[in-house]
Amino acid sequence: MDLSFTTAEESFRSELRAWLDGHLPRGWVDGAVEHDTLAGEVAFLVDWQKQLHAGGWVGVHWPREYGGREASATEQLVFLEELTRAGAPDVGMNFVGLLHAGPTIMTEGTPEQKARYLPAILRGEEIWCQGFSEPNAGSDLASLRTRAVRDGDDYVVSGQKMWSSYAHGADYCEMLVRTDPDAPKHKGITWVVMPMDSPGIDVRPLVNIFGSGEFAEMFLDEVRIPVANTVGAENDGWRVAMVTFSFERGTAFVHEMLVIMHIARQLIEVNDDLATGRELGRVAAHLDALWALTKRNVSQAARTGAPGIGGSVLKLHLSEVTQRVFDLGRRVLGRVALSRDDLDVGGDLRSGLVMTERLRHMSMTIAAGTSQVQRNIVAERILGLPKEPVWTSS
Amino acid sequence: MDFELSDDQVALAEGIAKLCAGRVPPPRLRELEQAGGIDRDLWRELGDAGVFALRLPEDAGGVGLGMAEAGVVFQELGRALVPGPLIWSHLASSFEPQAATGARIFTGVVHDGSTRLVIDHLGVTDSVVVIGPEAVSVVPASDVADRARAVAVPTDPLTPVWLVDVNDVPAGEPAGNGELATRLLREGAALAAAQQVGIARATTDLAVAYAKEREQFNRPIGSFQAVKHILADMLVRAEVARAAADAAAVTLDQPEVGDPALAVAGAKAVADEAAVRNSEACIQVHGGMGFTWEALPHLYLKRAWVLDAAFGSADASADEVARLVKQQSR
Repeated sequence: MDLSFTTAEESFRSELRAWLDGHLPRGWVDGAVEHDTLAGEVAFLVDWQKQLHAGGWVGVHWPREYGGREASATEQLVFLEELTRAGAPDVGMNFVGLLHAGPTIMTEGTPEQKARYLPAILRGEEIWCQGFSEPNAGSDLASLRTRAVRDGDDYVVSGQKMWSSYAHGADYCEMLVRTDPDAPKHKGITWVVMPMDSPGIDVRPLVNIFGSGEFAEMFLDEVRIPVANTVGAENDGWRVAMVTFSFERGTAFVHEMLVIMHIARQLIEVNDDLATGRELGRVAAHLDALWALTKRNVSQAARTGAPGIGGSVLKLHLSEVTQRVFDLGRRVLGRVALSRDDLDVGGDLRSGLVMTERLRHMSMTIAAGTSQVQRNIVAERILGLPKEPVWTSS
Repeated sequence: MDFELSDDQVALAEGIAKLCAGRVPPPRLRELEQAGGIDRDLWRELGDAGVFALRLPEDAGGVGLGMAEAGVVFQELGRALVPGPLIWSHLASSFEPQAATGARIFTGVVHDGSTRLVIDHLGVTDSVVVIGPEAVSVVPASDVADRARAVAVPTDPLTPVWLVDVNDVPAGEPAGNGELATRLLREGAALAAAQQVGIARATTDLAVAYAKEREQFNRPIGSFQAVKHILADMLVRAEVARAAADAAAVTLDQPEVGDPALAVAGAKAVADEAAVRNSEACIQVHGGMGFTWEALPHLYLKRAWVLDAAFGSADASADEVARLVKQQSR
């Protein structure tokens, strides 16, 4: 067990730090740049990604042949750590392209698809959204019902998709559709690329619990998608969608975690209640433990290519500890918690941000597999417990 | 950076696990309840295996390893419920050669402001390490035991305890100053956290095995989500605590990677909580059998309580984390 970084890892860090010193967007510290509109936020993030790309800092973990640096899992950790410590913007709406659609196309796409989509994702020129979930396909995603019917060289797609972040600003949608309604549910799904300017797509914003409209639902009415836009084989889309997860190397929550650790420290600084102080000490200890677990997961990924059991463990625990941190934050604020405007509470703590995050992190035990589904997965796949007769985790 | 166990560390853990499985299997543990939790032959074997002299330099008869390896070893000792003042004897080895070999058994006490001290294993050990705020000393156990009263029913049947008035603890032979005191308390907390991790993992394994085998409603109880979720949470607590305890031990070896005081206090808080809650959950999963003296789970819970009360409780450690963070931010 060695927690010190190698000379090569440290020089990767210094190179990045030097670049960040010269390029960090002006006025941007800890997300303090406020955008009046979503379009303003999108423009800001697109510009930031272009700068990152020009410096060679996008898709650092991507293979060189697709424009990446082939950074090791540890370097990826260092990359995210440095960006967060510098207060740089998070990956934002480039998330789907860089971390989902890109890696999937890289692995499963044809040479033409790779050439068509990957460079634009890296340059931040084309924004992707995700069309996986549906009103009746949440935890049971494989029961999705958006139909794709073959008509010549096109699929004709009708149905409804939900939780598609940034769909209104996106150029493409990575989408799961049902191509064989008679096959068992996992066997009749296909992974397709839907251009967002296709006729028949109605994107409606879905305002979330803290009042932000980045979510959208999409109503699809006979949208024509070329069959050539299929990634992987027809009816093999479930497997193709799972490929995304094989790119996870234990770094999924690094940015989030470092931000939360910082806020937990700020809360300890301004808190003056003994009982709350003890609980804050406890959650700070849990966050440090999760940071250690992150390093373990990354180390395992560096050795084997995957973070192992630590990935599920981390997600389950981090989501709950995070909710505790922000609820303690609400308690520290007292009646200041009635305001989501930042009010002065001493130190550098942004009180309004605490309340927004308090709300935002309610999604952490729901999104990307509810904690209940995660526990089933941990129990069945890691601990080897028998399945319940009807319900299934796969 | 590579935070996975090295091959040597894995081999060390396996070696200690094998020694424990051979020498202190559950039936032997039950016999030790009658012997005050101490088996002097076992103690010497632990000494021969390097449990106490692990961190001494090789030219001083030690194994020359660090806290990371000590943590790995103590996780296995915790997992096997090995009784006795293991941590105190390990700590004493840095200034008492006879502790290092296992020839003499050392327990310890911390002057924490209490007027009535509760000392474990006092009557069945040879020496007591006394930690005051500014000094460390060593007292013959009999000198303290003469003025102490044995508790008739110790909470952990494998951890007998004695009560003594703080004024009845002799000054003893000086062993070191406040710096040594701080170091021993910190290392002791890291090793207690490691033992707690062993308990958190052992109770997970025990409960999972039982849930696979025990049938009700014509199927293993481990197939029910209500039970599964308890077990998944146990794994989460054990793995999070293991990462924390390992990081604390490594940080003591490599202070340049973090703040050892913060890492140790945090690990103790997380590991105490994991051990206590997993032991409770293990009893719950065992149902009525878990409530019996015959079944193992209660021994884990009681040991977890003993370790929570040693070298800074979970609550005191959480307070310490908050204090250190507040101090750093100034």
